[in-house]
Amino acid sequence: MPQPAALPAVSRKKLATLRAELAGVRSLRGPVLPFDVPMLDNRMAAGGIDGAGLHEIAAASSRLGDDAAASLFAAGIAARFARKPGFTVLWALSRFDLYAPGLEQVGLGPSQLLYAQGKNDQEVLAVTEDALRDGSLACVIAEVKAADMTATRRLQLAASDGKTPMLLYRRHRSRDQCPLTTNSSAMTRWRIGCVPSLPLPHPGVGRPRWSVELVRQRGGNPFSLDLDSCDDKGCLAHPSLSVDRAIASAGKTSQAA
Amino acid sequence: MRRLERPARRPEPLQPPSHALDPIDDNSGACSVPRGGGWRPGARWARDGALRDDKVSQAQIDALPAHQRPTMREMGRRSEHADHPFRSMPADDGSRSPPPPPATSVPPRLTWADLCGTPTVLVMRTGQRDVITAACPVAISLGLHPGMAAAHARALVADLEVRDADPDGDKAWLDRLALHAVGHWTPTAASSGQDGLWLDLSGSSHLFGGEERFCRRLLRFLARLGFSARIAVAGAPGAAHALARYGREAITLVKPGQEAEAIASLPLAALRLQPHTLEAASRFGLERISDLYSMPRGPLARRLGLNTVTRLDQARGIVAEPVVPVIPFERPIAQRRLLEPIGTADAIILVIGDLVDDLVAELQERMLGLRAALLTCLVVDGSEQRIGIGTARASRDAKHLKRMLTMRVDRIDPGLGIEVMTLSAQRVEDLQPEAMRADLGTGDRAADLAPLIDQLTGRIDSQGLFRMGLKESDVPERATRRLEPLASPTGWPGWKRPARLLAKPELLDRVVALLPDHPPRRFVWRNTAYRVISGEGPERIHGEWWRSAREMWAVRDYFMVEAHTGERFWLFRRGDGVQTDTGDLSWYLHGLFG
Repeated sequence: MPQPAALPAVSRKKLATLRAELAGVRSLRGPVLPFDVPMLDNRMAAGGIDGAGLHEIAAASSRLGDDAAASLFAAGIAARFARKPGFTVLWALSRFDLYAPGLEQVGLGPSQLLYAQGKNDQEVLAVTEDALRDGSLACVIAEVKAADMTATRRLQLAASDGKTPMLLYRRHRSRDQCPLTTNSSAMTRWRIGCVPSLPLPHPGVGRPRWSVELVRQRGGNPFSLDLDSCDDKGCLAHPSLSVDRAIASAGKTSQAA
Repeated sequence: MRRLERPARRPEPLQPPSHALDPIDDNSGACSVPRGGGWRPGARWARDGALRDDKVSQAQIDALPAHQRPTMREMGRRSEHADHPFRSMPADDGSRSPPPPPATSVPPRLTWADLCGTPTVLVMRTGQRDVITAACPVAISLGLHPGMAAAHARALVADLEVRDADPDGDKAWLDRLALHAVGHWTPTAASSGQDGLWLDLSGSSHLFGGEERFCRRLLRFLARLGFSARIAVAGAPGAAHALARYGREAITLVKPGQEAEAIASLPLAALRLQPHTLEAASRFGLERISDLYSMPRGPLARRLGLNTVTRLDQARGIVAEPVVPVIPFERPIAQRRLLEPIGTADAIILVIGDLVDDLVAELQERMLGLRAALLTCLVVDGSEQRIGIGTARASRDAKHLKRMLTMRVDRIDPGLGIEVMTLSAQRVEDLQPEAMRADLGTGDRAADLAPLIDQLTGRIDSQGLFRMGLKESDVPERATRRLEPLASPTGWPGWKRPARLLAKPELLDRVVALLPDHPPRRFVWRNTAYRVISGEGPERIHGEWWRSAREMWAVRDYFMVEAHTGERFWLFRRGDGVQTDTGDLSWYLHGLFG
């Protein structure tokens, strides 16, 4: 955070004590996992995904393509949390339509991923909370349709108790209403959608591109970016500036065609 | 059935076992025909059966109305004694007019008495032939003996009952008998070989009224189970072993110090010698055990081996021979009887904590880990409340076990109050300490997931926790399968695969595509029109002809396409676009890439 040049009212001493307090609070949190995308990390208050907090992810629309993109976004974050050998990610859901070979291609291999299928959202949330408090998992992902303030508060407390990152994947309940409009105590809330990718100079399909929108974050401002999707390690990438220019023209031509 | 067969092999429950072959009869192997008769055994037996059939069927024939009686031609010359030996065999088509004789008809339930009339042998495959391993008394009297080829026996006896031997089942029965003996008769009991039991009666026979009464009681017990047995009681295990297998009486009691005389007349095989030793002894003309008594020990050891001398001394009681007893497995169990009945959850949890502590102490001592446990609560009115827990991996972690039981406390209905609580380990496994890694546990290492899995299993059913693993199939929906939560599956080949797969491929409308191998230009899915910007493919997947005939020529051509909205779909076309029998060229949407 760039420090304003003129801060005459606040003495240096007071600033130092505030910083010390802040460092104390931060040490209570889990490790922060940066995205390794400077444009993204610089705009996040924590500098990355908090390793002991609740993060909500939803698709930008109720279309299934956006839904798959948001799933892969969550899987990529989990894969980077579980990068060390032997660590496991729990994916709790009530309707199983994930395709494990596809998840393996963003770095979340079958030996790293444990599924828990409950009958309804209540069971999924209960399993998630238990798994978070246990603290032996690298990351927990839960897919729910509804989670109110109480549920998210419980998950946030459990995540900070167990020092386990929690990714809450909110499915769309209705066609037009975004699930992120309800209140929540999540650290960050993300909205992921597909955008047209850069056309290749040869026939074929290039790397997918997502619109990554940070709807809300604690201690920071919301923002929106277009990023290249997760690679086989789960890492996002930022298209370079020249590519940015190219995609704008490409988008216009494809719409004109 | 099995239980009825067992007597045919005549296991000997007290000391040892015997081969059904009568070892005293030196000649029995030399000539398979019983002495004193000119008939082949098979023919004689068949003739006897025929006679018996006639007696029975005569009464039945008389009972029939005159027009239903068989003709004289069908019955043959009934006044003659020696009937045709094969007449008694059941007809192949089963359409003989007189009802089949009882000996050949299948009784509703096979009893031992029925089998007694039928010579029965058990056979086992040895090399390329079936060899008889045991024969019933009737079969032995007909000249069959263990070691004979089954084909030979079938040739000698026409309707021989031949069954497969079950050594594992016999061994299991012997082990059960040994465990029963430990629980009821004597603390030192063990199974002996394939067909016998050792029981050390020292100091325990007086509890049953002396050795003889004990032996008779034992015989009755075994007869009730369906076993025939021969028991020998001697001061030395070797002598008892020899007498039980090669003696003639059902009960042989040898007075102390008389073992040498008791076994003197038995053949050398009774000494448990190696086959090549027996062969050497027969070359020297040594047949009985008494032949060895007079021989000097040095030359005996040189010619027949030191083992022979040891066995001889063991049989005479000069050298001790320990019997390693079976030790019955005792299930770890903890019990608390309560002074006053309890009914509150707090009190129950407190008692559960005590029970788990007791049980874990016992498991720790015996180096066992718990896989399944059962908590039984006896309510004042006599009813029982039970809750069970299971662990994903053997564990004796008291905290973990307490937590799992506490999660299920709400399933206990205390009623008027619980008097007795019992925690028993239903399934245990060996759990030894593990070597710590070189970093002494300080390194960043993945935690053990088994406790978490146990805990989650309490929340959802055990089917709900799983991993996905590889199944060897190219068809996408068949390429995965659910595995145990603690499995570590391998990955899939690196072909592009979607993140989510539709449960059933959905048919696309109004597809515009170039055949044979171009992705579609546009299509309509779920009433939304999509324009395809770019696509990759085809990836051709053939049907699995070994599963069904319809997949014999079936082909799917998969394409990954990106629509104008940026969404990426996994489409396929049935058929390769050239051959008509590979599919009807309809398009489907199967999955979604992110």
